[in-house]
Amino acid sequence: MLEPFLFFLFAVLAVVGALGMLISRNPVQSALWMVMTLFAVACLYLTLNAQFIGVVQILVYAGAIMVLFLFVIMLLNLEATPRLGGLDWKKGVAFVLGVAVLAQLLVILSLRLNAAPTLLPAAEAADATSVENLGLALLTEHAFSLEIIGVLLLAATIGAVLLAKKRFV
Amino acid sequence: MAIIQAIWEVIDQPLVIFGVINGLLVTASLLVYAERKVSAWIQERNGPDRVGPRGLLQPFADVFKLLFKEDIVPTQANGFIHSLAPTLMVVIAMSTAAVIPWARTPAGDPLVIADIGVGLLLILAMTSISVYGVTLAGWSSNSKYSLLGGLRSSAQMISYELAMGAAAISVVLMAQSLDLFVIVENQNHELLGPFAWNWFRNPVGFIVFAVCALAETNRAPFDLPEAEQELVGGYHTEYSGMKFGMFFLAEYVNLWVAGLVVSTLFFGGYLLPWDPFFASILPPVLLTILQVLFFLAKVAFCAFCFIWIRWTLPRFKYNQLMNLGWKYLLPISIANILVIALGVALFHALGWA
Repeated sequence: MLEPFLFFLFAVLAVVGALGMLISRNPVQSALWMVMTLFAVACLYLTLNAQFIGVVQILVYAGAIMVLFLFVIMLLNLEATPRLGGLDWKKGVAFVLGVAVLAQLLVILSLRLNAAPTLLPAAEAADATSVENLGLALLTEHAFSLEIIGVLLLAATIGAVLLAKKRFV
Repeated sequence: MAIIQAIWEVIDQPLVIFGVINGLLVTASLLVYAERKVSAWIQERNGPDRVGPRGLLQPFADVFKLLFKEDIVPTQANGFIHSLAPTLMVVIAMSTAAVIPWARTPAGDPLVIADIGVGLLLILAMTSISVYGVTLAGWSSNSKYSLLGGLRSSAQMISYELAMGAAAISVVLMAQSLDLFVIVENQNHELLGPFAWNWFRNPVGFIVFAVCALAETNRAPFDLPEAEQELVGGYHTEYSGMKFGMFFLAEYVNLWVAGLVVSTLFFGGYLLPWDPFFASILPPVLLTILQVLFFLAKVAFCAFCFIWIRWTLPRFKYNQLMNLGWKYLLPISIANILVIALGVALFHALGWA
């Protein structure tokens, strides 16, 4: 079968993109690596029969958010990040916290590794993530959360407009 | 007949893919010829008439000229991204055509490369990432003209995407599906014919969408990213040879794609006028072929209108562009969504739909 092969191909690409984003010095190149990761993740969704989520991933993250990132990076004309300096206490704390999060993730992963993955049949999986069912779930079961997110976004938009105004009247 | 059926089942998709890719590549150069001829007629000139019959081979001569030109990369430019940008432009522009239904096969399925249920969303997604090509071209050239062109283009495309998406939502509301095949079939009506197509049912959405589609192709009057008087050549100032040719190709493929999408959403896609009537009198295979031809005619008409607009209207100023996008098109298309939603609800309540 082609699909497991594609799944792992895109999984590897996603990880490579993430590493590239961390390693590269140039902010624009970092942003491009991240676009690659987002794309690979979108393709993962597609191989899992979640077409709507896959396309929305491209539309929202690769198409809107990363373009904005790129726009800001280019507008500010950021230089390459300077080489890392010596160690201080902040980096020590960051290292400990990072290892803690990694350990947590590894524990969760090891717990789930034994459980056999339950694969839905293609038709059922496509049905569960169809636009219709997602829409119904969003507007009935999760209507309250949706409204709250809407208000949050509205507040953020108004805040941004207020900050961008030259004079506060 | 059974043999033909069997062969068709095997070659169906590869044949469509082959046809679409090569068709887009060849007709893009024909579109260049069309543009030069139409602009010549509008300006009372002759246009290209030396190479081949009536100058028809002129675009191919142009392509050969570009192929043999030296490819110059600016010294300080980022080489890899400098080459990546034009490739991205062409690839993204062409991949949009994958979800367009070209006809209804005799079996009643769509004749399409990738039959995914969320075709319209994929088109919007491809439109939104096509900004990368222009932006990266501008950035990687290491030239202020290019960078300004790239930045302008990203600002422009982000602004017009919103109104475009909102206009597309009004179409989705009427068809109640994101599947382009369903959207086309939803415009099929035995009595009203072309007046059941979305341009008539949803004129505001049509105008907003067409204007935004034009803006997304970065053509006049929306060609600020390459405004010659201000930015030399805009984002492709530092490009030469076939890399420049790729931008040229992408522009015309984008023009086709804009025509394809506008025809699919608002001019009934591949439908013949009074399609059910023709379906009842014509043999199914002939109907399919006619549908493809009719679709292409609609797309060509849209492309002609875009060329016509380009040579008629002067370029916007930057503030006018932003005003039009944010203060007029976006509110209008959001209001249109409300009107269409109410209309659809009313029709359903009355049992007309």
